[in-house]
Amino acid sequence: MPAVQETVERVRRIDVDQYRYGFETLIESDKAPKGLSEDTVAFISAKKSEPAWMLEWRLEAYRRWLTMTEPKWARVNYPKIDYQDLYYYSAPKPKKQVTSLDEIDPEILKTYEKLGIPLREAEVLEGVVRKDGEDAPVERRIAVDAVFDSVSVATTFKEELKKAGVIFMPISEAIREHPELVKKYLGSVVPTSDNFFATLNSAVFSDGSFVYVPPGVRCPMELSTYFRINERNTGQFERTLIIADKGSYVSYLEGCTAPQRDENQLHAAVVELVALDDAEIKYSTVQNWYPGNSEGLGGIYNFVTKRGDCRGKNSKISWTQVETGSAITWKYPSCILRGDNSRGEFYSIAISNGFQQVDSGTKMLHLGKNTTSRIISKGIAAGRSQNTYRGLVTAHRKATGARNFTACDSLLIGDKCGAHTVPYVEAKNSSALFEHEATTSKISEDVLFYCTQRGLSQEEAVGLVVNGFVKDVLQQLPMEFAVEAQKLISISLEGSVG
Amino acid sequence: MALLEIKDLHVRVEDNEILHGLSLTVNEGEVHAIMGPNGSGKSTLSHVIAGKPDYEVTGGQILFNGEDLLAMQPDERAAKGVFLAFQYPVEIPGVATMTFLRTALNAQRKARGESELLTPAFLKKAYEVAARLNVPRDMLKRGVNVGFSGGEKKRNEILQMALFEPSLCILDEMDSGLDIDALRVAADGVNALRSPDRAMVVITHYQRLLNYVVPDFVHVMSKGRVVKSGGKELALELEASGYTQFEDAA
Ligand SMILES: Nc1ncnc2c1ncn2[C@@H]1O[C@H](COP(=O)(O)OP(=O)(O)OP(=O)(O)O)[C@@H](O)[C@H]1O
Ligand SMILES: [Mg+2]
Repeated sequence: MPAVQETVERVRRIDVDQYRYGFETLIESDKAPKGLSEDTVAFISAKKSEPAWMLEWRLEAYRRWLTMTEPKWARVNYPKIDYQDLYYYSAPKPKKQVTSLDEIDPEILKTYEKLGIPLREAEVLEGVVRKDGEDAPVERRIAVDAVFDSVSVATTFKEELKKAGVIFMPISEAIREHPELVKKYLGSVVPTSDNFFATLNSAVFSDGSFVYVPPGVRCPMELSTYFRINERNTGQFERTLIIADKGSYVSYLEGCTAPQRDENQLHAAVVELVALDDAEIKYSTVQNWYPGNSEGLGGIYNFVTKRGDCRGKNSKISWTQVETGSAITWKYPSCILRGDNSRGEFYSIAISNGFQQVDSGTKMLHLGKNTTSRIISKGIAAGRSQNTYRGLVTAHRKATGARNFTACDSLLIGDKCGAHTVPYVEAKNSSALFEHEATTSKISEDVLFYCTQRGLSQEEAVGLVVNGFVKDVLQQLPMEFAVEAQKLISISLEGSVG
Repeated sequence: MALLEIKDLHVRVEDNEILHGLSLTVNEGEVHAIMGPNGSGKSTLSHVIAGKPDYEVTGGQILFNGEDLLAMQPDERAAKGVFLAFQYPVEIPGVATMTFLRTALNAQRKARGESELLTPAFLKKAYEVAARLNVPRDMLKRGVNVGFSGGEKKRNEILQMALFEPSLCILDEMDSGLDIDALRVAADGVNALRSPDRAMVVITHYQRLLNYVVPDFVHVMSKGRVVKSGGKELALELEASGYTQFEDAA
């Protein structure tokens, strides 16, 4: 298309300096040119109407990224990624319009049914647009983001949050509307130089969530991407920043159980959490990106950097994750326990089936006095998948009285998969007390037979046994989410037993 | 038509033939006891009837209400009314007994085309059965058999049997590990389930159980075959003379 081409040329000619003065551009193109360059970074920044300081920040990250190499230490194998052969920005666009569920992949519909998501909601999720005359409210067209409810519900929630003083908005908006907060905290937990993928994200992130909870406020509801409107296609390079000011509390839910597809194979998200004195952040994730087909082709590469900073005394950050999707998962939600008496938690369920590869775990860095952490990891490997727990627990010299408890359990289904546990422990002071337990077991034929003798199908039996295995972690999820996650776990293991 | 008809059954495990041509017919309303020395194949028989994988049936057949039982998956057999109380019930950590019972009962009902029992109706039924069998409610909240004593595990098996109301109950050494009082309660539970349209196959080593659950027939198994069948008096005879007399017969 000539129009696009022209825009591309225009972007190429733009002198980066122009952005310093809040240059407003009228770029019509929906897509950045292929490949990564300072121009691409400038294009994205302009698309988001960012102030000059933000562009500078991105460019610095980009220049840094040029000097870095992709990490190779994880137990994952994938073909070499050609970073110049990717698109780094495409404008939010509505899903391909379909007029009835008949046009949706029956496999996807089956999954909705099994998750117990009513068809009405499935229509919304899949962006079905009713033809004129059919009884569907018009707002359904845009409700695709508000996954489990309509726009009006989301608006009501916004009102309530406003009353409480909680800021919850796309990070692109926050950059414009709350620059002082963003400047102060963005990159303060995951610096732009942190690691190859995080640095890449810093240069090209598209959008994500921003949350600020003022001092002493208990956020009146679970915050969830479900209820955030105006957010499309941000999955690729998502950037999230959550700040819990002194004495506040917030619980944030990311992702959803419904199957998620994306044309972009490479995902590199960054999430930063900051908890000040006496504050608590609970961050829960359900990740169900496309894992690839039965031959192991396609599927998302998910390279995520998630880190929380317990910056204040008595602060607490708790990560809970249910990872069922993606072809490759590279993800270590971590806690920096800086404040005295602060606490970090990591509860994880990582399921791999087919040809999926998971290398996930956490880091608990004890810097403050009397800091405590707890790690409960449940890895389930089926099919021909590989599932690795990788963890690091350290105590700084000054972190007297640091305590950690780690329990890593792996469950193998079948004999073509692998489970691996790689725990690193470093204590630089003698008063630190670190405990580590690890088990690896195979799903027992006798247990499956017992269940089938009582009337459960083989698949139901596997689902039940696995749900029992992960119960301690499921209990950490908010209630409604836990019920869905439980079903999702059974679904992800389908076809794992003969 | 017999409820269960086993004809000339040959079964192998990992290249060893364990059942060598076993035949047994059980009609509705009957209680059969199977006795026999350790390793004679009693549990193997019960597993094959219930459909445990890893057993290779090399000959013979098993008919259940005239249908080919060997062609069915274990869960289909369960839905049709085959129940096995295990000699060694397994533990399922993290799965509350109540959840397990409800999931299993509803899976069976679904397979039979019946409606799902909703939670209130299910709870009522489960608590009623539990009370009858002296099973404390507390036990139902714990993980399936996790940390249960030997006797509690057996009681949990009887509880499931009472809840699922199967038409064929196979009890593999339900008396082992039960104290005298528990044995009586369990036996009362079994007796309460005796009915003209339900049959039982009771595997045991001891006459004592058969004083409580009085069988219509007693069979002696040895080396993978039924070597003698008779009435309840056969059990008394065995108690007196042991199995040596059958070693040669087999
Ligand atoms: N998986 C197996 N591989 C090899 N042999 C097996 C296997 N399972 C059972 N057997 C053998 O089959 C024979 C019958 O075992 P089974 O458990 O049926 O005996 P049983 O009559 O129930 O004994 P008990 O009274 O001790 O419970 C035994 O010799 C046993 O070792
Ligand atoms: Mg036995």
